[in-house]
Amino acid sequence: MFLKKESEKNITFDNELKKTRESFFSKIKNFFLKKSKIEENIIDYIENILLSADIGVKTTLKIISNLEKRVKKEKYKDSKELFFFLKEEIKSLLKIKKEKECLEKKIKNHKKKPYVIMMVGVNGSGKTTTIGKLAFLLKKKGLDLVIGASDTFRAAAIDQIEILAREAKVSLIKQHMYSDPASVAYDTLQSAKSKKKDVVLIDTAGRLQNRIDLMKELSKISRVMKKIIPESPHEIILVLDASTGQNAFEQVRKFSSFVKISSIILTKIEGTAKGGVIIGIIDQFKIPIQYLGIGEKMKDLKKFNEKKFIDSLF
Amino acid sequence: MFENLQNKFQKAIQILKGHNAITETNIAYSMKEIGKALIDADVNYKIAKDFIKRVKEKSIGKKVIGSLNPKQVIIKIVYDELVELMEKGSTEINLSKNPSVILVCGLQGSGKTSFSSKLAFFLSKKNKKPLLVAADIHRPAAVDQLELIGKKSNIPVFSIKKSKDVLFIIDQSFIYALENKKDVIIIDTAGRLSIDNIMMEEIVKINQHSNPSEVLFVVDSMTGQDAINTAKSFSSKLNLDGIVITKLDGDSRGGVAITMSSVVGKPIKFISNGEKIEDLEVFYPDRIANRILGMGDIVSLVEKVQEQFDEKTTKKIYHKISKNRFNFNDFLEQIQHIKKIGNLKNIISMIPGINKYINVNNNIDQKYSFQKMEAIIQSMTPYERENPKVLSNIRRKKRISEGSGITLNYVNIFFKQFYEISKMIKKINTNSEQDMVKNFIYNMMNKKNNT
Repeated sequence: MFLKKESEKNITFDNELKKTRESFFSKIKNFFLKKSKIEENIIDYIENILLSADIGVKTTLKIISNLEKRVKKEKYKDSKELFFFLKEEIKSLLKIKKEKECLEKKIKNHKKKPYVIMMVGVNGSGKTTTIGKLAFLLKKKGLDLVIGASDTFRAAAIDQIEILAREAKVSLIKQHMYSDPASVAYDTLQSAKSKKKDVVLIDTAGRLQNRIDLMKELSKISRVMKKIIPESPHEIILVLDASTGQNAFEQVRKFSSFVKISSIILTKIEGTAKGGVIIGIIDQFKIPIQYLGIGEKMKDLKKFNEKKFIDSLF
Repeated sequence: MFENLQNKFQKAIQILKGHNAITETNIAYSMKEIGKALIDADVNYKIAKDFIKRVKEKSIGKKVIGSLNPKQVIIKIVYDELVELMEKGSTEINLSKNPSVILVCGLQGSGKTSFSSKLAFFLSKKNKKPLLVAADIHRPAAVDQLELIGKKSNIPVFSIKKSKDVLFIIDQSFIYALENKKDVIIIDTAGRLSIDNIMMEEIVKINQHSNPSEVLFVVDSMTGQDAINTAKSFSSKLNLDGIVITKLDGDSRGGVAITMSSVVGKPIKFISNGEKIEDLEVFYPDRIANRILGMGDIVSLVEKVQEQFDEKTTKKIYHKISKNRFNFNDFLEQIQHIKKIGNLKNIISMIPGINKYINVNNNIDQKYSFQKMEAIIQSMTPYERENPKVLSNIRRKKRISEGSGITLNYVNIFFKQFYEISKMIKKINTNSEQDMVKNFIYNMMNKKNNT
């Protein structure tokens, strides 16, 4: 009974990742099944596939060198076995040892209300849309939320979040355009504290990670929040566009140097054939991915489950 | 802008130093490194591979002639290949019809709305009368966004908030354009994924209905390998006329610029590199190739500087300088001009070789130092601004220091700099104003580097 339910869930997840899987691993699979073991060519082939999936030179070389080491030690019979080794090598990179608690669990275990979540990311990564979706999802779990419209810079960002908040039936704290984002966050936290809300979601303006003045603004927002709730923000989520190439590493690196990025939401995964960025990022930064943005509707936010993700890849 | 790639290239080519002939062995390492740099820069791996192959073949075949060294020969070949990859016809936009319709499309979050308004601003500066059409009926508040930008920069925006019929909106906008004598209609469409059939059908319909003279595809410079697939499927459905690359003010390596036009077979027409409305540049493959290879981009810089320093001001300043009456008011004006030209980092990256002396972080100091200069000047009385000489008085200096909140020490340094700059400006003697402005900037930059 339980197993059946699980597999049903797997089917939807499978569909979402079908494209990733098909183009990525079935290519390898087909290749291995057809060709014999000419090592140089196979290595070349794997390299090409990994690189074209945005895994990046560094991670690709790591995977291949690990694979080579293993082959040297254990020897492989046929390409099928090599394929299995490859899967395992990638799997090992995706492992995060620490408490990979999911966001909802963290909120639940958090005694002192509210749980403050700040969303950050570059322009156009999908922060505002994702906040709407996240609010919708958490609201459905019975949590009482408030959103702070701290993106006071982009034209009509406040209008956008207002529409989304209304759709999710969540209250919103806002000021006018060009007001101080830290002040909006302050107001939001104050209101959330007095009204005993469970969760606070703070939207921020998109900023490119090399704009140091804007990055400093981000640390300021997070600092100002501490005036009301010293340990806030409890969670800082970096919103990453799945179609981003190697610059995603730079985003994680630079954002992390200004605020403590505690998790990642990967957006627009339904469009891109490659989820390769994730592999490199999890391996390098050990930051868990919480959710995937998989569409334009409010409900299109799915929990990221590492095991399922790996299973559906292979 | 392309710093990362640039650094890697320079590093890779450095290895070749000290050899007189190009051989398979001495080129191998450099080629491998260049290949890695390209892939790390998000150039499609197939293109990167072909690129390396071509450069390698051409390099080994070539003898090192005369005064050139192997490094120069390779730079030349890499440069030629990069230009060839990106050169796909004219970057001019076709505005022959009246009104001309420009259709802007792309993925979600690629920067279509920002680009559309920048383009409108760009065209209005070229004496066109653009009309922006808000055709994104899907994303919440997208129409408001365009309207706000339009209002801020004084560009007319056509929208029908209640309507969910894009074709109707476009029809009405055409009527509006005719009535109001607008000669360019820029249609800002919703972001869409290439696999979303319903949305792709919508854009095809918009395309057929509006019969645009230009269809521009907007792509985020941070896009990875998948950019090519998206562009391919868009160009199979629409007849794309050009590509626009956005967010190049970030630290993405911009490999997309190298690949896009070669895969899609269409030229990159614009690059967008900042949050301000004037942060839009026409794309020149040779210049970008230069920039990638570390030769800088002087032409772009001069053009940009010229746009900001309008002729009148330049003449006025030149006149003042020649009469030795350059004062703090002029200086303040200069600072404000330079600030307007854009992010200092953008400007600095255009000057050849400068990346060796200035790294990104120093730019912030420079920006703040401009702020400090402004604060000091703004703390002066009008009389002091016009007569810099009276400022040798220590009491005046102390008052300015207190008023601006800047240490007396720095105020002194600033005055010293001011005198040096005004001396330097006097030295510049030239007939053409273009050269004068150029020299001015150069000397300013050099001054900054030395002190």
